[in-house]
Amino acid sequence: MGTASDIKLIDENGLRIDGRSPTELRPLKIETDVLDRADGSAYIEWGGNKILVAVYGPREAYPKHTQDIDKAVIKARYNMSAFSVDERKRPGPDRRSVEISKVISEALQAAVMVEQFPRAQIDVFIEVLQADAGTRIAGLTASSVALASAGIPMRDLVVGCAAGKVDGKIVLDLGKEEDNFGQADLPMGILARSGKIVLMQMDGDLTEDEFNQATELIMDATRRIYEIQREALAGKYRAMAIERGGE
Amino acid sequence: MAEIKQIVMPGDPIDSSLGKPRNGVYKCGDQQFCSEYFGIVQISDQSIDIVPFAGPYFPRRGDKVIGKVIEVGPSMWTVDINSPYYTLLHMNDTPWRANAGNIKKLLGVGDYVYAKVMTVNEIKESWITLKDVGLRKLEGGHITSIPAPKVPRIIGKGGSMVNMIKDATSTRIVVGQNGLIWVDGEPENVMTAISAIKMVEREAHTTGLTDRMQKYLEEIRSEKNGNSI
Repeated sequence: MGTASDIKLIDENGLRIDGRSPTELRPLKIETDVLDRADGSAYIEWGGNKILVAVYGPREAYPKHTQDIDKAVIKARYNMSAFSVDERKRPGPDRRSVEISKVISEALQAAVMVEQFPRAQIDVFIEVLQADAGTRIAGLTASSVALASAGIPMRDLVVGCAAGKVDGKIVLDLGKEEDNFGQADLPMGILARSGKIVLMQMDGDLTEDEFNQATELIMDATRRIYEIQREALAGKYRAMAIERGGE
Repeated sequence: MAEIKQIVMPGDPIDSSLGKPRNGVYKCGDQQFCSEYFGIVQISDQSIDIVPFAGPYFPRRGDKVIGKVIEVGPSMWTVDINSPYYTLLHMNDTPWRANAGNIKKLLGVGDYVYAKVMTVNEIKESWITLKDVGLRKLEGGHITSIPAPKVPRIIGKGGSMVNMIKDATSTRIVVGQNGLIWVDGEPENVMTAISAIKMVEREAHTTGLTDRMQKYLEEIRSEKNGNSI
């Protein structure tokens, strides 16, 4: 959004600046259990995004005043590395990352069965190693995989995806240029099976029709991302069984 | 050959025609049950359980657990039982005659105990006791741990797996429901027993594990004999 420019983001064939069609996702790869010390972890590569997520807990919440007597609190911490963007990012929490931490915590809270762990906290550390538009939804997607691999009871997996408006057209999964020079960005977090929305933000303007169209694109993409999440979790165990069977 | 059990994700519907849904499921519709864990489906005499691959241990009344003393108070010990919540051991729940204010000499910080969960309340506070047959302070030995959901695999049907490891490695083993395992014996044998336990942990989701374990232990034994000759 923001800066208007003469860059043509969609060419005469209807293809986008990186050669994708309007409904195409960027390449997506998820890996689980990449960290030994954490209770659960995941690594996601989504387009140019590279994000590492570690889950700790549930454990007793400290400081004690943050405890909730009848449910667990989820403390997600979204952090961008100094080297994750073109120009050095000043380390530490800022307005943007505090906001993202909050919306991700709330989205995960809707999926995790927090009422099973009174007084506890679940820590989710989201470290952005390389940023390339859509880090909050990539972080959210990886967080839910990490939570599942930590054995934390959940109602559903959370899938994140974004759509937006570029050169007057609704497109799926904005890239960096489209995010910077497009007209709208709509990131969403969705419970994969029930289709309930747990995170939604919008930057820029969309008409009602455009909004519905964008939502539809996201819902459709969610199913594809969900399959990748499932494969990331189960693939390893299946591979191990095949290996053993082959002996 | 190792066959894999059915893997489910959080939110996956469970086919309740195969049995009555029991642990690890929640109601996600009128007549529909869904998994709440990433784990495997276990069907046993008319009930279905979802066994997660990993996850925390939750104390239940009557569980026998291994815990580590982390703090000594005037009349209570705070014990870490590998769970999200610490548990408490009161001096009156031990077989020893204790005087308040001087219980440090009975159990110090870092000591391990094999204890039974006495009570758990609704906010998950729990108390353990040492007053029962077989419960004691664990002296010497090594502690190793596995995820709590995999404990039933270590024990095996009627204790078959753990007894097999004990016999084959001539060690003493105590398995806590919380996933902590105490192994005592000759250092070499302890290492063998721990490697066998780690193998169960890695392959807990496959079938025919007891047979494979037998083969593995026999292999180690014959290897050892071969070296000594």
